[in-house]
Amino acid sequence: MTAQADAEILSVRRDGPYWQMSFAAPGIADGFRPGHFVAIAVDDAHILRRAFSIRSASTKAGGALQIIVSPKGPGTKWLVERRPGDLINVIAPLGKPFRLPTEPVPCVLVGGGYGVAPLFELASQLRARGCPVEIIVGAGDAQRLYGVVEARRVSDAVHVTTDDGSAGEHGRVTDPLRRILAGGHPAVYACGPMGMLQAVSEVSAEFGAVAQCAVEESMACGIGVCMTCVLPVIGDDGVTRMVRSCTEGPVFFGDRVRWSEVGTVPADTLGAPEPRDD
Amino acid sequence: MTDPRVTLGGVDFAGPAFTASGCAAAGRELAGFFDLTEIGGVVTKSIMLRPRSGRPTPRMVETPSGMLNSIGLQGPGIESFLENDLAWLTDHGVTAVVSIAGETVDEFAQLARILRNEPAVKAIEVNISCPNVESRGQVFACEVMSASSVIHQVRRNISSDVPIFAKLTPDVTSIAEIALACHNAGADGLSVMNTTLGMAIDPDTLRPILGGVTGGLSGPAIRPMAVRCVWQIHQVLPDVPILGMGGIANGEDALQFIAAGASAVSVGTMTFHDPSAPVRVQRELLGLLDERGFTTVADAVGIAHRGGLT
Ligand SMILES: Cc1cc2nc3c(=O)[nH]c(=O)nc-3n(C[C@H](O)[C@H](O)[C@H](O)COP(=O)(O)OP(=O)(O)OC[C@H]3O[C@@H](n4cnc5c(N)ncnc54)[C@H](O)[C@@H]3O)c2cc1C
Ligand SMILES: Cc1cc2nc3c(=O)[nH]c(=O)nc-3n(C[C@H](O)[C@H](O)[C@H](O)COP(=O)(O)O)c2cc1C
Ligand code: FES
Repeated sequence: MTAQADAEILSVRRDGPYWQMSFAAPGIADGFRPGHFVAIAVDDAHILRRAFSIRSASTKAGGALQIIVSPKGPGTKWLVERRPGDLINVIAPLGKPFRLPTEPVPCVLVGGGYGVAPLFELASQLRARGCPVEIIVGAGDAQRLYGVVEARRVSDAVHVTTDDGSAGEHGRVTDPLRRILAGGHPAVYACGPMGMLQAVSEVSAEFGAVAQCAVEESMACGIGVCMTCVLPVIGDDGVTRMVRSCTEGPVFFGDRVRWSEVGTVPADTLGAPEPRDD
Repeated sequence: MTDPRVTLGGVDFAGPAFTASGCAAAGRELAGFFDLTEIGGVVTKSIMLRPRSGRPTPRMVETPSGMLNSIGLQGPGIESFLENDLAWLTDHGVTAVVSIAGETVDEFAQLARILRNEPAVKAIEVNISCPNVESRGQVFACEVMSASSVIHQVRRNISSDVPIFAKLTPDVTSIAEIALACHNAGADGLSVMNTTLGMAIDPDTLRPILGGVTGGLSGPAIRPMAVRCVWQIHQVLPDVPILGMGGIANGEDALQFIAAGASAVSVGTMTFHDPSAPVRVQRELLGLLDERGFTTVADAVGIAHRGGLT
């Protein structure tokens, strides 16, 4: 059940390019599945909550949640300045999580930047079901690479790519993904920047696979009441709708999202404005 | 304890706080956060005749003490609304105030005709003030003639025991003049106010941030403007109920609206910060009214015009 609570911060610490944060969330932590997110209220000067993928849940303090924060603007910077004992107001778990296969099929998980956050716990749960798991971690350069050590701990194989070749393989996450897809029929999971998700979806499609992608759209409410977080998604009936990523996502099947038209309303969307001749 | 009940346009409501149209969808998503039957009612997202995709993203920019939105009235259309949303509200005993929007006067009339057979509709809010429509920048509530003709058509087509509230925009020279015109055309009450038109430009790209270029400004930033609008309208129409809104975050904010002349309030943007804001505002407001010795909400309506507390 989704709940709102004042959560006590248990730890905030620098972790490479990002920050790791843990807060007590009794009752909330139990419902967590990888792909869920949390909406956190920040300082009084900012009305809107900030969304973060839940990295993991633990039994600490009667149930705690962990997130990874990239300090970007005022809200995220305020958040990483909090100290243990401070209270933050959280709403969680939100959104639809990744769907897990019922059979022990091989899985490949692709993470870019802080997008690896939900993948560690996902990998653990997949392996607990007998699925062999490979993780691909990508970044611009070695400085921005995140989560490689943790990825090794929870998977059977890790592939690292950087755009400039300063760590791992020189290239994009789609390079190792192609090789893995060519050698088998794994289930594909991805979380990261929209451009990466589009590329992962396209490469998966080339090999007849469908990637589950956790998207990141700007959100005002996070709970489905405002309609800001929409993107064009093709439904089971073949009709494109502007769909809320906070309630119907953030995880979508990659072949359903009209990636190159995100940020537009495709002309054949249900209820799209009719072309005008005036 | 102050009696929470209020009467608006002849209809009784359980409490003085409502959700604001477009900030609560059709209520269902908020039901996990608070008991929707405790507040006055859910004012649903403005619904149109046909499904509507709304504007391209980005649809939102956070601004000092507020936000800009350019949703563009995304919705499933009236048929789906009746079947799914209104049915859910009815099944859960939630009071529904249905907000309608149209691109033409006739669309409003058709919507009213469709809704006249729906017993679950307690009241209708007529959104003649949405800034996010593309109909050549036409906002009905900017002009006396067009505002009157929409209200007149809705009134003609809906049963007389369903009150209709005209939702007004502050983006006019005299909001009192538009309010008078709407009342003369048959509006039982006035919803004051919708967002005010605004804009933000990205300092890096030097392009407008919103997909819709301009958007509606809401939140505490606009509260003083909304209190002023309620004040001006109550001055000329002291007996007409006003549903006041604009940046209400707590009971004190709501009390300002009541004192300025609102008979009830809607809580919009602050619901994004705190999903149970509507019920919290209502409880705080009732507590403040009680502390000041009011036995009913109605006793405090417009009291600022009568010298305040003596
Ligand atoms: C489902 C989801 C999961 C996310 N997971 C993480 C995560 O694990 N770690 C992490 O560091 N960040 C994550 N983000 C992005 C994070 O929410 C934004 O970076 C953050 O809201 C920016 O706030 P700010 O005050 O620092 O920046 P500002 O730019 O000042 O934010 C202004 C407003 O825009 C919204 N906003 C700005 N950028 C984004 C963005 N990229 N995505 C969504 N909303 C945005 C904010 O919520 C806020 O309302 C996630 C976003 C979503 C939607
Ligand atoms: C995201 C968003 C969507 C809105 N959609 C509608 C709408 O569909 N119909 C309407 O009459 N008002 C709409 N409004 C306006 C609100 O109902 C309200 O009048 C305005 O936001 C001021 O109140 P607030 O500051 O409490 O939000 C919307 C406001 C926001 C922020
Ligand atoms: S963020 Fe409000 S509907 Fe998704």
